[in-house]
Amino acid sequence: MTTVDQHNTEIEGEKAKPQTKVIWKTFWILSVLTAIEFVIAFTMPHGLLRVSIFVLMTFVKAFYIVGEFMHLKHEVKSLIWTIILPALFVIWLVIALLDEGAANFHAIYH
Amino acid sequence: MSNTTVVLQTVQPKSRNIWDGGQEPLKASYGKLMMWFFLLSDTFSFSALLITYGFIRFRHPVFSGETSKFVFSQEYWPIPEKVFEAIPFYHGSAPLVFVGFMTFVLILSSVTMVLAVEAGHRRDRADIEKWMLWTILGGIVFLGSQAWEWSHFIHGPHTPSVYNEFINGEWVSRTIEHANLLINPYGPPAFADLFFFITGFHGTHVFSGVLINIIIFYNVSVGVYEGRKHYEMVEKVGLYWHFVDLVWVFVFTFFYLV
Repeated sequence: MTTVDQHNTEIEGEKAKPQTKVIWKTFWILSVLTAIEFVIAFTMPHGLLRVSIFVLMTFVKAFYIVGEFMHLKHEVKSLIWTIILPALFVIWLVIALLDEGAANFHAIYH
Repeated sequence: MSNTTVVLQTVQPKSRNIWDGGQEPLKASYGKLMMWFFLLSDTFSFSALLITYGFIRFRHPVFSGETSKFVFSQEYWPIPEKVFEAIPFYHGSAPLVFVGFMTFVLILSSVTMVLAVEAGHRRDRADIEKWMLWTILGGIVFLGSQAWEWSHFIHGPHTPSVYNEFINGEWVSRTIEHANLLINPYGPPAFADLFFFITGFHGTHVFSGVLINIIIFYNVSVGVYEGRKHYEMVEKVGLYWHFVDLVWVFVFTFFYLV
């Protein structure tokens, strides 16, 4: 991707051509993934497998939104890790509190 | 002393060290970096809300029968597709269709936003204005849809739910039509509370996003950024707008699909 530096190299008065190929490609990926999520929601029985597929597809969509739309994929490595690393700790909190919720459930109903 | 010329020489290091100053850390401008850090902190806020949802959902029983035989009760957590099944101007059941439409609108407005950013790199003012306007329109359509969704949710399902409650030593039957923070016809009170808080907090973000987009659009059209010779402000508001879309992707999965 060279678009990031384009405003620096652009000569005034000269109109550059739009570079929108990657943008529309990302749009189609996001739309198709959402459509597939719908199909799964109506055809697949409830269960762990279904939830896992949903979570996986959500993270794929997140990757494309953050990577392409927010341009993080094309930033320097240190910036990528500055953002991703703290966010990864959230996963630990999810697992910890879901487990805690399940323990609460057992304490109340068993 | 008088004929001695003192030459003040500024010593230039051979290669500029990262600690010498005058350089942008992480090769991102101050404004963009701060926007990233703000969005990271906002990620934690939304994570906290969604994790709370997961925690409270896991401490409630699930409906164990077949999905087709599901009825609303305070005893267990409702199945989302049974709650969100209405669309405007149609009285039948269309599960998740409306929220799917909202998701599509937000993704589309994210695309028009990134097209505005791309136009900003080319400094094509007319193009930026066009795509900013589409983005604002998308945001307004989403907010309108959410207002309808909320009003429908508060109004309640076609048939009111009857709950049996143990009050002052005897069983009392209560008919619940409308949803509020204390009780709702769909399930445990926490279900509606979390619906209002999570979609409300996200909707507030969309609302402020639309406002900021309008301000930036105004600045673009009066030529503020043309004067600066760069459209980085469009990029910054773009980061915020994509983040709002990103959050909705997670809300859509964890609140409506799972």
